[in-house]
Amino acid sequence: MADEKKKILLDPILNNNPIALQVLGICSALAVTTKLETSAVMCGAVLFVLVGSNVAISLIRNSIPPSVRIIVQLTVIASLVIVADQILKAFLYDTSKQLSVFVGLIITNCILMGRAEAYAMQNGVALSFFDAIGNAAGYSAILISTAFLRELFGSGKLFGMSVLPLQTEGGWYNPNGLMVLSPGAFFIIGTFIWLLREWKPEQMEEE
Amino acid sequence: MLEHYLSLAVKSIFVENMALAFFLGMCSFLACSKKVETAVGLGSAVVFVLTVTVPVNCFINKYFLVEGAMAWIHPSLANLDLEFVQFLTFIGTIAAMVQIVEMTLDRYVPALYSALGVFLPLIAVNCAILGASLWMAERDYTVGESTVFGFGSGIGWMMAIVALAAIRERMRYSNVPKGLRGLGIAFMLTGLMALGFMAFSGIQL
Amino acid sequence: MQRLNQPKYIILFSLAVCAVCAIFVSASAVGLASRQDANQLLDMQKNVLEAAGVKAPDQQMSRKEIAAAFENVRPVVIDTKTGEKVEGVDPETFDQQKVAKDPKTSHAVPSNPSLISRVPDRAKVYEVRDASGKLQMVVLPIEGYGLWGTLYGFLALDGDLNTIRGITYYKHKETPGLGGEVDNVRWKSLWDGRKAYGPSGEVEIQVIKGLAGPPGEAPYKVDGLAGATLTSRGVTNMLHFWLGEQGFGPYLDNLRGGEAHG
Repeated sequence: MADEKKKILLDPILNNNPIALQVLGICSALAVTTKLETSAVMCGAVLFVLVGSNVAISLIRNSIPPSVRIIVQLTVIASLVIVADQILKAFLYDTSKQLSVFVGLIITNCILMGRAEAYAMQNGVALSFFDAIGNAAGYSAILISTAFLRELFGSGKLFGMSVLPLQTEGGWYNPNGLMVLSPGAFFIIGTFIWLLREWKPEQMEEE
Repeated sequence: MLEHYLSLAVKSIFVENMALAFFLGMCSFLACSKKVETAVGLGSAVVFVLTVTVPVNCFINKYFLVEGAMAWIHPSLANLDLEFVQFLTFIGTIAAMVQIVEMTLDRYVPALYSALGVFLPLIAVNCAILGASLWMAERDYTVGESTVFGFGSGIGWMMAIVALAAIRERMRYSNVPKGLRGLGIAFMLTGLMALGFMAFSGIQL
Repeated sequence: MQRLNQPKYIILFSLAVCAVCAIFVSASAVGLASRQDANQLLDMQKNVLEAAGVKAPDQQMSRKEIAAAFENVRPVVIDTKTGEKVEGVDPETFDQQKVAKDPKTSHAVPSNPSLISRVPDRAKVYEVRDASGKLQMVVLPIEGYGLWGTLYGFLALDGDLNTIRGITYYKHKETPGLGGEVDNVRWKSLWDGRKAYGPSGEVEIQVIKGLAGPPGEAPYKVDGLAGATLTSRGVTNMLHFWLGEQGFGPYLDNLRGGEAHG
């Protein structure tokens, strides 16, 4: 059982990454990764909601009528996101302002629906809990790495602190504008996927 | 009048393209763009859902949710502000619509139903659909404007995914490195398409 | 499995889910509402002070210190069409957002790029006067559409009613790292010393693409936000609106006319 739990926890990081293999959670990966700070808060919020929704849906999985399946899942997820948003606005007001519209868009983060459909509906509460943590970890890994590169090369900073002094601030570094724009995120994540699949050929697609 | 709607339509299709300018709906965009047939199917479903949900949500928002909206039921309700339930109600309408589309496809076009797989219910969480409704609320559109906006956004998204699918079908004859094949190259392509669409951001209508 | 498909069960289950979720959501919204409102009010006040240069951007101020600072920064309710001060309305409790939405207390304005559809008949501005009553600074509330939504902020003008002293945004939905950089301290500091109006009296200030240079060389231009064309344009548009005839133009004309000396 311990082995299985470890597998559930670690698989989504490299072997079955939500963004790189399952193709889930991409919109936010593009939008919030311009800065490490916002990415970190987004990862925390997704972790909270994913754990909550996986556990809640797993608890009621045997009672959900098939015809209203989607709506029930969405209602649970949306409610959790609203609660998370309210908590952020009450206790971490400045950070909530930074994330603004993207907290609401967590509802539509496909990872939540995707894992609810694919895992929580068929498995017990304990396993769903670990699955949530594993997927949140995989998602965070990609987000943090992308944000690291985008913030470093796009604005010469990490977590807002200057690492490569900008020319506009008297240094030598001319920031790479493409990194700050969304197409830059596409190229970075595309490259990550390429490297990941070279390392683990079983993820490669035939065509 | 017509000019206003026309410019709204052109704006939502090209200048403010949901997929390539705002990067909404990326998951299904990247996952279902391997074949033009699937892309057209998914795109049509998205157009339908958007054209119906945005005006319906507009109606609900105007008459039930915003501050003082329910005054038409009874004056004492004029102080109610239910805006914090916006997420839930919009998603509710969207989910209901998607469930209907799913049942219709399963009954009448089963081939498309199985081709779309898990991404059909995922239309409900397609950020483009919720995003469109949230924008409509933000910009205070009328029901008429909402319909044009919903339809235009859907068409724009569909155009983008069909274009990507067409390119990916051609890519099968190219010598793509094994690690990049499939998802990797799709990311790169979308990035390039997005760069191209940035040309539209200078247009003011 | 059969029981799950019975219509009565489906309806009951759905109602139960709705009830539970509604309780959770409403409980958190209502329970945390006062804290959130307090946060919002405090944030708005901090922004007014920051625009006026009374508070430094990363300076932490306690509620007491903020209350004390507002001794010199006085809220004033003015009539937007005539530009005159309105007597008999308590500025402290005046809620401009609420007034702006009500058709009875606001008026429609012609179509504009900032997507502002109604302007309140009365607005709340902040005046900073010295001991003799001479106007030193005025802080105007501004708002306008950016990329993802409407930005709400404050613009501070010097006593000459042309030199910009500061700009802050307390509420917006722009992309973090791109349009969201309107919150960037360095960008905000670029505004100090720029001029709002040109020699002919037209609003000249604008956010350009690229770098503008120091205020002495480019008094009417401010650096653009990298990768955020639409947000930058939104800022320019809203400044042109609120500094013009439809916004606070009448009020500023009034001040220039004579009220500047209290």
